[in-house]
Amino acid sequence: MAEATAAIHGEHEETSTGLNNRKLLMWAFLGSDCMFFASLIATYVVYQGKSLKGPFPEDVFSIPITSVSTFVLLMSSMSMVLAYAALRQGSVKSFRIWIFSTAILGMTFLGFQVFEFRDFVHEGLTLKTNLFGTTFFTLTGFHGAHVTLGVIWLLSLGFHSFKGGITPDNHLDVDLAALYWHFVDVVWIIIFTVVYLFGVFPGIN
Amino acid sequence: MSTTSSRSKIYLGVLLLLSSFALLTGCTPDDPQSTFDTVGPVSRSQLSLFYWIFWAAVVVFVVVGAALLYTTLRFRRKPSDAMPAQTHGHTAMEIGWTIVPALILAVVAVPTVLTIFDNANSPEPGALTVEAVGHQWWFEFKYPHPTDPEEQVVTANELHIPVGEVVNVELVSRDVIHSFWIPKIAGKVDMVPNSANTIWIQSNEAGEFFGQCAEFCGEAHALMRFRVIAEPREEYDAWLLAQAEPAADSIEPLAAEGQALFEGNAAGCWACHTISGSAKSRGSVGPNLTHVASRGLIAAGIIENDQAGLRTWLTDPCEAKPGNVMCTGAAVYNNPDKSLDEKQISALVAYLLSLD
Amino acid sequence: MTTISLPIPKRPVHPTGVWSWITTVDHKRIGILYGVTAFIMFMTGGLEAMYIRAQLARPGQDLVSPEVYNQLFTMHGTTMIFLAIMPMGAAFFNYMIPLQIGARDVAFPRLNAFSYWTFLFGALMLNLSWVLGGAPNAGWFGYAPLTSSAFNPGDGIDFWILSLQILGIASLAAAFNFVVTIINMRAPGMLLMRMPLFTWMTLITSFLLILAFPVITVALIQLMFDRQFGSNFFLPAAGASPVLWQHLFWIFGHPEVYILILPAMGIVSEIIPTFSKKPIFGYPVVVLSGLVIAFMGWMVWSHHMFTVGLGPVANSVFALTTMAIAVPTGVKIFNWIATMWRGSIDFKTAMLFAVGFIWLFIIGGLSGVMHSSAASDAQQQDTYFIVAHLHYVLFGGSIMALLAGIYYWFPKFTGRLMNETLGKINFWLVFISMNITFFPMHFTGLNGMPRRIYTYDSGMGWDLWNAVSSAGAFMLGAGILLFLYNAITSARSGEVASADPWDGRTLEWTISSPPPEYNFEQIPTVQGRDPFWAQKYEGVAMVPVAGGSGENGGHSIHLPQPSYWPFVASIGIFIGGFGVLYINAASWIGVAVAVIGALITMIAVYAWSLEPVNDPDDGAAH
Repeated sequence: MAEATAAIHGEHEETSTGLNNRKLLMWAFLGSDCMFFASLIATYVVYQGKSLKGPFPEDVFSIPITSVSTFVLLMSSMSMVLAYAALRQGSVKSFRIWIFSTAILGMTFLGFQVFEFRDFVHEGLTLKTNLFGTTFFTLTGFHGAHVTLGVIWLLSLGFHSFKGGITPDNHLDVDLAALYWHFVDVVWIIIFTVVYLFGVFPGIN
Repeated sequence: MSTTSSRSKIYLGVLLLLSSFALLTGCTPDDPQSTFDTVGPVSRSQLSLFYWIFWAAVVVFVVVGAALLYTTLRFRRKPSDAMPAQTHGHTAMEIGWTIVPALILAVVAVPTVLTIFDNANSPEPGALTVEAVGHQWWFEFKYPHPTDPEEQVVTANELHIPVGEVVNVELVSRDVIHSFWIPKIAGKVDMVPNSANTIWIQSNEAGEFFGQCAEFCGEAHALMRFRVIAEPREEYDAWLLAQAEPAADSIEPLAAEGQALFEGNAAGCWACHTISGSAKSRGSVGPNLTHVASRGLIAAGIIENDQAGLRTWLTDPCEAKPGNVMCTGAAVYNNPDKSLDEKQISALVAYLLSLD
Repeated sequence: MTTISLPIPKRPVHPTGVWSWITTVDHKRIGILYGVTAFIMFMTGGLEAMYIRAQLARPGQDLVSPEVYNQLFTMHGTTMIFLAIMPMGAAFFNYMIPLQIGARDVAFPRLNAFSYWTFLFGALMLNLSWVLGGAPNAGWFGYAPLTSSAFNPGDGIDFWILSLQILGIASLAAAFNFVVTIINMRAPGMLLMRMPLFTWMTLITSFLLILAFPVITVALIQLMFDRQFGSNFFLPAAGASPVLWQHLFWIFGHPEVYILILPAMGIVSEIIPTFSKKPIFGYPVVVLSGLVIAFMGWMVWSHHMFTVGLGPVANSVFALTTMAIAVPTGVKIFNWIATMWRGSIDFKTAMLFAVGFIWLFIIGGLSGVMHSSAASDAQQQDTYFIVAHLHYVLFGGSIMALLAGIYYWFPKFTGRLMNETLGKINFWLVFISMNITFFPMHFTGLNGMPRRIYTYDSGMGWDLWNAVSSAGAFMLGAGILLFLYNAITSARSGEVASADPWDGRTLEWTISSPPPEYNFEQIPTVQGRDPFWAQKYEGVAMVPVAGGSGENGGHSIHLPQPSYWPFVASIGIFIGGFGVLYINAASWIGVAVAVIGALITMIAVYAWSLEPVNDPDDGAAH
């Protein structure tokens, strides 16, 4: 019976490609999310340097601080990898430590974002101020929303593991979350480069 | 079905196709906005290109249509049919019918690109340049002043151009996207806020040509039209000089009364319209009315510019052009207590008719 | 699993009646839900068209005010594209794909149900605008800045934005499902190059959906932010460019038209071989042309923007890419003709519609080539010449093919054949009136009649052809009603259909009409294309999968259990959407409603993820 049910889910049963159904679903979803962020980033790039009045990126950005938050997010990807590896190796306890670490690092990143946004608002940059404010807050805001959903997902997995809900047998559940988490991290790297680093290059605006 | 009868059916079909095309394409009307009745080089080049592609399309249609018609008739199932050979393909044919359309398209592509560039770049960048401003729902035209290089001559809804000469038009918009289209003279270019589009036009025939906004721009889009008057150079110059003159104060009593109303708060027209020569009427919301009486139509090409037309427009612009800014913005049309009476309208009409 | 003692209903096991439809996860039922809803929406869009044609039948009429007229054409376009053609395609994807690939259901049955309910709520939200302050009125393409709150202060545009976002979620969910289903759940031996062409086109369409929808999602988010939160995405005063909206919209919009036509081409590619008793001519090339069209479809979008002022270089590039895409499109037509060549053609109604499709699509495609030439397009853009083109490809193309598909697969869905006599009358009525309605628009367009005008003056030379178009439109309406009559009466009392009424070629015809809930008693092994034909006429038997679950005559087949969570999740989205819609107007109430809706959805999704596909306590299968 388990065989037949799994057959519908493609979990243990053969699929035409050998790839798990839900994994393929996650990749398809990430494809669409790629286009989503590409459109937001393209909008940002099209309007780069076109604001009629300030504040401008070089007025508000602090590359040192954002580098720290970027590093934090990158480290969270590493802890995510460790969480998955721990689970595959059979240690649910280590898995739990690493998954909660990932969530905490993610929340730290979000904390940095919140403080950064507050700073910008105090310096006179809001969604309504100019093209830079509009495109910046929308792009980074949606990224932050993705991180937030990811944190909730990771915390649920962590709490679920307390009830024995996460075992080496259903490592796929963690694998899917990891894929999503790494994607969100990669998007941030692109945003950091295009928005922050290019933003303070002399002559770009 | 015998081969003879199916063959004759096929001939009949092809004949029908050809004759219908001949019939239909024989119609090249000279209606006011017909793209077939070209009067200048831009529209002429666009029409030539259209014909080139059209006839290529007709040939393709006839050939493919004949093949389809023949196939569907010739191979209808008969009770005596054996199982057809299960042919899976024919590589050479498939390559062939990929290459042939590509070649036909190449033949279409070359004149396309050439015409695109010809029409985009003005042959005489130094020629007369008029600024056309799109508004909801009327066209504003600004000319270089004939004598004072610092000034412009501003008018609305009727564009005069010297016949036989290149005229460059700079296209801008005050609000939403509009489109500047005079079918007999040239294909359209859009008027986009924050974009500096240009179009060059030329009419080789004198006459009055119809234009219409061709980008959906809101409630009164259907009633946003204009006219182009192409006239000999001397007449154009005379027209421009006259347009550059400020309006004199009205002397005739009814018109003077109208002027007083126009510049007073009972009617309030001065707030939205400019009449050069008047110190009070400096508004820029609506069309410049300095020489409104010289135009053939009002309200952006939809109403005759005469006693009756002006009365209709001033009595109830909401009826004449639902949603227009005068109807929604002017107190005399929003507030029943402030509406104009017959006498006031007669006076205003007299004033406007005096502004020639 | 759920330890809270809230009075939530238990998971349904063998539901009946309305509840069985609300909780269904069976792809066949979901297909029917999609189909019926889409057809009702099609008639709604048709009614909007009738009003438009009534208003334009004569010059200077005022049957409707300009404001209402603008709402009518906006809703007509939005409805036909998003609520009629796309979901009708989805109806076929849902019902037919598992049958064509030899599967028992789609990869994610609950996600499938979710996409239907979300579609329904999106359709409902859009149509509620009529009575909640006015429908959107800025065209189906909603160009900025006309859609900004400065120029469009009412709620109509907000309804448009939110409904499209909700519909986008539905489309994406469906696309994800079909990509995974087609890639991963094919019967053994069904290599990609052995799949039926409808399945291929569905796969390609699903990829287009996945990549194109996020772009319009972003455009709509940006517009919504401008309207609700005062951002500057499309505000000229802040230095923004309205052309950005157009780029984003058409980068979605052009692949969208291929989303509308590829499934139709897939349907035609099934019908023509079946009724010609020959395999499709050049299967690999037909597949390749679909792939090429989908790929090149990303490179042509600015042909919708030839008059915007992009400059001669950009216009030339897009003209050339647009012409290039005519090549793979034409190739398909030749392959269809070659399929019929030396075949034995039986003109059942489905075949009539399929051949009718080819005729009308040739005309639509050729007028498309005329548009591709940017220079002459300057005269055609925004005129009725374009309206003619788009209706030839969307009605003469997509709708004709969808009607063909219904005639073709109706026996499989209902177990009965549609009436052939009525069908033939239906076909000729629709085909002829379609031409009467739309062919004259080529003339009025080239004679200078712009689009989207609620009235026109006499003396422009447009009177006669508008009257003819309007007459044709009413005939066309009658034709669609005749179709509806045929469908309803045939479903009730049509001739009973066998499993294989058309001597078909593909797997769906191997099972009963209608199929059992589990589709295939035994999953077949496939050894080539057209496996059923090969079995019938070439002695290539389809050996069932060894040890498959169907060996006890279907009694040990376990199917996904019904669930109400997809429905609940959709409701949450609907409620949340309304909240967001009214944020500007209702401030904290709007936010609260949005948050409540989001919470409902999140709880539903959470419960759904913990709920196994099958309830372990479900007992034996049905």
